[in-house]
Amino acid sequence: MNTLPEILAARKNIIVDKWAEAILSTYPHESLKFLSSQKDRFANPIGHAVRSSSEKLFDELVHGNDVEKIRASLDDFLRMRAVQDFAPSEAVGFVFMLKRVLREITAQEMTGKGQASFQDELLNFESRIDSMALVAIDLYMEAREKLSRIRIDEVKARSLLALSERQS
Amino acid sequence: MSESKLKPEELAETIKYKTPNRNWMDQKVEMKPGRFSHSGVPKSVEYLQLPNPRKWQPTDPDWQLPENWKEIILEGLRDRLNRFRSLRVFMDICVRCGACADKCHYFIGSGDPKNMPVMRAELLRSVYRHDFTLAGKILGKFAGARELTIDVLKEWFYYFYQCTQCRRCSVFCPYGIDTAEITLLVRELMNLVGVNIDWIVTPVANSFRTGNHLGIQPHGFKDSIDFAVDELESITGIKVEAPINKKGAEILFITPSADYFGTPHYYTLLGYLALFHEIGLDYTWSTYASEGGNFGSFISHDLMKSLNAKMYAEAKRLGVKWILGGECGHMWRIVHQYMDTLNGPADFLEEPVSPVTGTKFENTTSTKMVHICEFTADLIKNGKITLDKSRNDNWKVTFHDSCNPARALGLIEEPRYIIKNACNHFYEMPENTIKEQTFCCGSGAGLGTDENLEMRMRGGMPRANAVKYVKEKHGVNYLGCICAIDKATLPPLMEYWVGGVEVGGVHELVGNALVMKGEKERTTNLRGEPLDGKME
Repeated sequence: MNTLPEILAARKNIIVDKWAEAILSTYPHESLKFLSSQKDRFANPIGHAVRSSSEKLFDELVHGNDVEKIRASLDDFLRMRAVQDFAPSEAVGFVFMLKRVLREITAQEMTGKGQASFQDELLNFESRIDSMALVAIDLYMEAREKLSRIRIDEVKARSLLALSERQS
Repeated sequence: MSESKLKPEELAETIKYKTPNRNWMDQKVEMKPGRFSHSGVPKSVEYLQLPNPRKWQPTDPDWQLPENWKEIILEGLRDRLNRFRSLRVFMDICVRCGACADKCHYFIGSGDPKNMPVMRAELLRSVYRHDFTLAGKILGKFAGARELTIDVLKEWFYYFYQCTQCRRCSVFCPYGIDTAEITLLVRELMNLVGVNIDWIVTPVANSFRTGNHLGIQPHGFKDSIDFAVDELESITGIKVEAPINKKGAEILFITPSADYFGTPHYYTLLGYLALFHEIGLDYTWSTYASEGGNFGSFISHDLMKSLNAKMYAEAKRLGVKWILGGECGHMWRIVHQYMDTLNGPADFLEEPVSPVTGTKFENTTSTKMVHICEFTADLIKNGKITLDKSRNDNWKVTFHDSCNPARALGLIEEPRYIIKNACNHFYEMPENTIKEQTFCCGSGAGLGTDENLEMRMRGGMPRANAVKYVKEKHGVNYLGCICAIDKATLPPLMEYWVGGVEVGGVHELVGNALVMKGEKERTTNLRGEPLDGKME
């Protein structure tokens, strides 16, 4: 019987891959091939952000204690989601997909011998994921508010210009 | 737990973990705020004598189209297929190889498959097949054909106003299909039934009325230039001449109107004024050709032609020898690729020769119009101006190839040559994001409206992504470019995605570095910001 930290370390790649795959599947299916196969970070910034953010976030959840690092990795990705075709719940919902992946990966341990202590560990870890989701909501709102501010600034600049033209 | 309680996925049923796999023809467009531009106001539509002026918005269920709107569009398409061989070739020749599919900045930034250039063209091609090909008429959907319906028209509006006509996809098409032309054609067809956007028809109407996008009248134009002359004097101590409508001048200078009313464009204007003074150029501004931009080219061949003609008519009226053009984007595409057959050749003008270096600009033999970057690079190459690079030491510069000068004009090396001679710190963005492969600002071809901001941020994301990279790697804080739309729309793009990067023109950097005879010691750059150590 492995402990949760052991499983997370041993199965990191498969967990991150499955999570990234789940996130990518929120994009239209016709675009999936491109988003998941093109590895150049400049030719495919969405795919790159999904891959790099999911790995960094996973590492931070498992080992890290640095909220700022989590914020930075989430921010890169949420800024994209905030202007793409997603409802707010969908934009942020990718965080919870990690829970589904973890439960799938650890199905055996959840029901096997020593399940009680394993479930405790998992619940603890899931609480960290929940907290990350709250940070994600803040960042999503920051991005949306920034958009509104930029738009207001553009409208103001244009109105001032129109006004000065009328006066000249 | 009670059986009647909702399961988690039922509770949050609006959250879709996967997108549905449906045929693209069955998906209707949903107009969401932030993702489209407002419609053309009746006053401007009337002024341009375009069809069906009325108050409407894309979110209205009823677009108040003429009863026979479908016949009008199909007849318009038939007419254009007969007139433009290129259109028929573009409709028939595509083999769906997919080379263009992942090259559009809107696709890369959104993941929306209808932003793949091949799909965008398919929106028109499907209608073409349905009404103009035998296979389409007989086999219908099996042959990729579909009827033109109101939903198709709405889809056209949505997606053909998500193309900035930047032509990055065309670089990769083995057949050379020019998606910008397809976009122009579809917008032209929509125009026939009064479907257009205000940030195109109003600037075009203004350009017809007063000569420029904002409708600035001659006295307003003169005020702006005079103000810039005063401002330059306060920075350099030199009062420059800025002749306006001067008959018999050697050169007519035309630049986008944003250069004299927009920021950061304005600093580039100061750069032009300083440069022209320093080399003693015999030139003139014009209150009539007071706009390089040609928004007509975004929606109609006829409007493009008329606005382009204005520049040449003014050159003729003033009796100049040739035209010098400023840091503008699509103006150069029109001059280089269309002017000759629209209004040319400009045989009443002389072949451009630099009065300072004697260099003949043979590449402009027919259009008689020289790009300011070619002109300035030639001055530097011949040692005719002195540049103090250290005055730009507060900038770590990267260069965004503006789409049209790079892809349509092939102006790749000149701006870089200038920047390297005017600055000590220059860093390129990754190769697949610059030069011919440059990523668009995401706001060209009329899309730069505040109401369309969300869409602009998607489209500009690949560009911003590359800027962010050089900012993090080299500390870049100045994004140089040579297009007025770039200068207007890259600042908000930087604010959203990157932060801490200013946007400015190449000739702003020239103006900063230019050592002028008799100038006072410069303590600030053209933005009025202190040069390191000079004001302490």
